[in-house]
Amino acid sequence: MLDTRDLSHFVRPIDGGAARIDLAVDGITCAGCMAAIERGIAALPQVTRARVNLTNRRLAVEWNGSLDPARIIERLSDLGYRAYPFETSRAEDQERREAQFLLRCLAVAAFATMNIMLLSVSVWSGNISDITVEQRDFFHWLSALIALPAAAYAGQPFFRSAVRALLARNLNMDVPITLGVVLALGMSVVETLDHATHAYFDSAMMLLTFLLVGRWLDQNLRRRTRAVAGNLAALKAETAAKLNCCGEISEVPVASLRPGDLMLVRPGERVAVDGVVTEGRSEIDQSLVTGETMHVPAGTGTKLYAGTLNGYGTLRVEVGAANGTLLDEVMRLLDRAVEARSRYVRLADRAARLYAPVVHVTALATLLGWVLIGASWHDALVTAIAVLIITCPCALGLAIPAVQVVASGALFRSGVLLNAGDAIERLAQVDTVLFDKTGTLTLPDPEVVNAGDVPAQRMELAGRLALASSHPLAAAVARAAKAKTPLARCTEFPGQGVIGEIDGVELKLGSPAFCSAEREAQVLAAADPEASVIAFAYGSERHVFAVRQKLRADAAAVVAGLRRRGIAIEVLSGDRAPAVEHVARQLGVTAWRADLKPAEKIARIAALKAQGRNVLMVGDGLNDAPALAAADVSMSPVSATHLSQATADAVFLGEKLSPVAEALAIARRARRVMRQNLLLAAIYNAIAVPIAIAGLATPLIAAIAMSGSSMLVTANALRAKPRESARWKF
Amino acid sequence: MEVLIYLVPLALGLGLLGLGAFLWTLKSGQYDDLDGAAWRAIMDEGEPQEVEDRG
Repeated sequence: MLDTRDLSHFVRPIDGGAARIDLAVDGITCAGCMAAIERGIAALPQVTRARVNLTNRRLAVEWNGSLDPARIIERLSDLGYRAYPFETSRAEDQERREAQFLLRCLAVAAFATMNIMLLSVSVWSGNISDITVEQRDFFHWLSALIALPAAAYAGQPFFRSAVRALLARNLNMDVPITLGVVLALGMSVVETLDHATHAYFDSAMMLLTFLLVGRWLDQNLRRRTRAVAGNLAALKAETAAKLNCCGEISEVPVASLRPGDLMLVRPGERVAVDGVVTEGRSEIDQSLVTGETMHVPAGTGTKLYAGTLNGYGTLRVEVGAANGTLLDEVMRLLDRAVEARSRYVRLADRAARLYAPVVHVTALATLLGWVLIGASWHDALVTAIAVLIITCPCALGLAIPAVQVVASGALFRSGVLLNAGDAIERLAQVDTVLFDKTGTLTLPDPEVVNAGDVPAQRMELAGRLALASSHPLAAAVARAAKAKTPLARCTEFPGQGVIGEIDGVELKLGSPAFCSAEREAQVLAAADPEASVIAFAYGSERHVFAVRQKLRADAAAVVAGLRRRGIAIEVLSGDRAPAVEHVARQLGVTAWRADLKPAEKIARIAALKAQGRNVLMVGDGLNDAPALAAADVSMSPVSATHLSQATADAVFLGEKLSPVAEALAIARRARRVMRQNLLLAAIYNAIAVPIAIAGLATPLIAAIAMSGSSMLVTANALRAKPRESARWKF
Repeated sequence: MEVLIYLVPLALGLGLLGLGAFLWTLKSGQYDDLDGAAWRAIMDEGEPQEVEDRG
C-alpha cells in the first residue's frame, strides 16, 4: 500500500525560487525545545532557514529545491514534536499589521513627548526665573513643530474611531480624547501666537502616549488569543487517507477534501469529515459528538460525523453526503443562538457612555460660568479647554487593559486560553455552572477501571499484546499497562481480537466470546452495566477488563469547591439516564438531566437566564455547540470538537477540571481590580476637575496628574495576579 | 544662549535617531517573538546552524 502525504496545499513560494511552510508545533515548552528543533531541522539538506517562534509556538521553515515538506514533519516527530501545517488566517494577518501600526504610533508619540518635555521643563523653570519672552516663544514654536505632525500621525487610531462613532451617531471614549487633543493643540498654537506663558503641547502628546500604551496592551492580548486559537485549529486539522481513482491512498489535509471523494477510515482512527459508509463494517464511538457512550454499529449507508471514533473495522467513506439530521439541527440551533446572544457591554464601554457626556457638559459649564462671572471669552475658553485636557481618560484608558493583561497571563498559567476578549468580565459574573458529562466531566479516552484486580505480570502481557491491535478498547488496555514493547508474531482477527504467544503459552485479547470468557464477563457486566468488557486469556487463565470513561481525577473536588462558593451546579448530558445518574451521584450533584437533545440544552439555559442567572456552560461535544453559544459564557476542554472549541469563549488544557474553577477565581479577582481602577480614575477626576474649573491647571499640574494617575492604575492592575494563598485549592 | 543653536538640533537629532532605530527594529520583526528572544540571548554554542535573514 503506497502511503504518501500531500502538503503542497500549505507550501508558499517566496522570492528566489525558495519555498516556505509554517507549522504549528505541539510540545514546545522551553528554550531547549527551540534550540533542538532549529538544529534538527536546519540539518536537513536544502533547508535554508528554520526559526521557532516561542511566543506563538510556531516554526517557519524555508528551503531551496525539491524538499518534500512531509520530511520536515517526520523529522520533527523523530525529535519528539507533533507538527501540523498551518495557514495564517486573514483576520490574524490583519491584526498583526494593526499591532505594528499601533506600535509605530506609540513610538512616534513617545518620541514627541520626551522631546517636548525637554523643552517644557525648561519653560516651566524659566517662568519662575529669568526666561525672556523671545526664548519662551522659540521653545513653544519648537514644541509645536514636533507636536503637530506627531499628533497627526500618532492620533490616527483615535481620530478614526471617533469619526466612525460620530457618523454612527454614537459616543465612545475616543470622542472626548480626540476633542481634547485637537483643542489642546489648537489653543496652544493660538496662545503661542499671543506670547502667552502656558502652552499644552506636552499634555496633548503625553495623553496620546499613555492612551496608546493601553490600546496596544489591549490589542496585543487579542492577538495572542487569536494566535492560540489558530494553533488549536491547526493542531486539530487532521489529515485523511484519501483514495484516488486507482485505489492508491494518499494522506491529505482535511481542507482539501471535496464532496464525493472517497476516504479510508482505519480501525482506531477518528473520522475526519462527515460522510457516508460505502463499504465495510465496524462500530462507531460517537461520544465526542452526541455524548452517548454506547457504541453504534456501522455498515454500508451509515452516516458518519466528523470527530467520531472508528472501532475494529476498516471503512470506505464517501465524503460530504452526511446531510444528517444531527449536524443540520446543530448548525441551525447554533445560528439562532449566536443571533440571540445578548451582546455583553464591556465595563470600559459602559464607563465611556457615562463619561463622555459628563466631561463635555462640565467643560461647557466652565466656559459659560466664567463668562457669566465676568471673565473674558479668551480666558474662559482657555479654562474650559484645560478642563477637557485634564479630564481626558488617560487613567481610564489603562485601567482595564492593564488588568486584562495580568489576568490573562494568570489564566494562561492555569491552562486556560481565552478565545474572546471580554470573556474575563463575563466569567466574573457566573453564578451557575452547567457541565456536559461525556468528555467534560469524564476524560475523553476510555480507561481500564479494574486494572488492580489483575496480577501485574498478566497485566503487562495483556498490554504488550494490546499494542498489536488498533481497537480503542485494546488501546485502553495498553495504556493501563504502560506497555511499550509489542510482542513478536501477533495475529489480529478484525472484530474479534488478537492472538499472540510467549514461552509456548497462547495469549488472546479480545471480545469475551473470542477468549471464551463469557462467564467472567457476565459477572463484570452485572456489577458495572455501563462499562465495555474486553477479555484476556493466558493459556487457560481468564481475565476480564472493564473499560469506561473515567471521571476527571479532580472533578468531585472541583464541583464541591464551586458549591462552597455558592455556585449552582447542574449536569446536562445527551447520554442515557443510568450513565448520567452514576456520574452525578459520584459528584454529589442532585440536579442532572439526561437524554437531552441540543435544543433541550438551550431551553434549560434559557430558563436559567430568565431567572436572572449568569450561566457558564462547559462542554465538548458537537451537540453542545449551540448550548455553548447560548450561555452567558462558555468553556471547552482542548479535546473538544472543532465546532465547540470555536464557539467556546475559553479553552482549557490538560486532564484536570480545576482550570474551570481557577478561571472563575481569576476572573472575579480581575473584575474587582478593574472596578477599583475605575474608582481610582474617578477619584483622580474628583480632585483634578475642581482645580481645572478654578483655572489653576497649569501644564505642569496636568503633566503630574496624568502620569501619576496612570502609574497608580497600572500598579494596582498588578494585583489582579492571584496570590498563592488566595487561590482556590483543589 | 547662542549655544541653543547647536544644542536644540543636536537634541532633536538624537531623538530622531532613537525613533528611527526603533522603527527599524520593529520593521525587521524583532518584536515578533519576545519570549524566544529572551532565551536566544543565553543559548549555548551560539546560533543554531541556520542561515539567518530578516528575522
